[in-house]
Amino acid sequence: MAEVTAKQVLFEPIFSNNPIGLQILGICSALAVTTSMNVTIVMCLSVIAVTAFANLAVSLVRTQIPGSIRIIVQMTIIASLVIVVDQILKAYAYEISKQLSVFVGLIITNCIVMGRAEGFAMKNGPWLSFLDGIGNGMGYSIMLLFVAFFRELLGAGSLFGVTLLTPVNEGGWYITNGLLLLPPSAFFIIGLAIWGLRTWMPEQVEEEDYKMSRHTHKEAF
Amino acid sequence: MEHYISLLLKAIFIENMALAFFLGMCTFLAISKKIEAATGLGIAVVVVLTLTVPVNNLIYNNILRDGALAWAGLPDVDLSFLGLITYIGVIAAIVQIMEMILDKYIPALYSALGVFLPLITVNCAIMGAALFMVERDYTFSESVVYGFGAGVGWALAIIALAGIREKLKYSDVPEGLRGLGITFITVGLMSLGFMSFSGISL
Repeated sequence: MAEVTAKQVLFEPIFSNNPIGLQILGICSALAVTTSMNVTIVMCLSVIAVTAFANLAVSLVRTQIPGSIRIIVQMTIIASLVIVVDQILKAYAYEISKQLSVFVGLIITNCIVMGRAEGFAMKNGPWLSFLDGIGNGMGYSIMLLFVAFFRELLGAGSLFGVTLLTPVNEGGWYITNGLLLLPPSAFFIIGLAIWGLRTWMPEQVEEEDYKMSRHTHKEAF
Repeated sequence: MEHYISLLLKAIFIENMALAFFLGMCTFLAISKKIEAATGLGIAVVVVLTLTVPVNNLIYNNILRDGALAWAGLPDVDLSFLGLITYIGVIAAIVQIMEMILDKYIPALYSALGVFLPLITVNCAIMGAALFMVERDYTFSESVVYGFGAGVGWALAIIALAGIREKLKYSDVPEGLRGLGITFITVGLMSLGFMSFSGISL
């Protein structure tokens, strides 16, 4: 990799190389935790912390790890960090940690963490790797917060648990859209978000697998 | 018996790993372009899940659980905080062992599944099933059924998606949606379809 500046490393993943939108990483846990903003923010902070410190740790020991066992070493580092996060959440935010249930544990298998450790931290110094971890964590968070914003606002009429649009069954006017609290809506919102992102940055559009031929004949009528 | 069949159906359809819990999404989206590849990966996931969930269940109930070490004279020890690192270790080890056994004894299957096995270690569906098993306190026999069911459900979902995507590549999709975008929408619609199973129980 050529010279990269700290700023590039930190901000590139947010829009132009978004881990979810372009690299297809870390979608696994991205969708299930986005029904309310509170839960999402906790999840995002956990992922940012784990990615950043995993990158830092992997980068510090990168010259000592033998190539053949590097995956298991990275896995152990990541798993230890996730255990720390899990215990902290259980101690200080028990309610939210209950709502996140298995998804805190699943940060271990979140491909963003693994992918950045293997793809970036193994080749770069500790400081840049740390920033790369934060940057990718933020790229992930932005996508998640975007999804959670729509799901909570339109699905429950509130943001951060504060009611903004009073739902009908509480005497207000807003008819809540229950679909947005169900799993499929997360897919639709991310799909549309990717569409938006790629319309804004056309260089991210994928090649067509199959080119449709032009109409060469005039119709008979 | 009825209880197990009900659990199996629940794991396959109602609580489908991929479509209801979004687990294993990365591989789900990345390997679903061709039906053959998707089938191979699906079978590998079924096998690995059927093995790892019961093994993790035994480890959890006999070693890690609060007070489980009573047989060793340590009734006050609670090792459950080591859970995460243990499960991932067990999964990685089983995948590795499976790879070696297949390579030695069933080379045909190895060459078909070989490339997918390393991918499975980081597949959240495997880890997720282990964590759900712990959270819901399944017994050993329940965990066998659950592991198998979860695997079949995931395999079913990825093969169905691959079938749709093979047809979809001949369609004229708006530029920005091409590839990943339209796949997300497709999975959303599939997930909507699978929701119609909810509420079914035996």
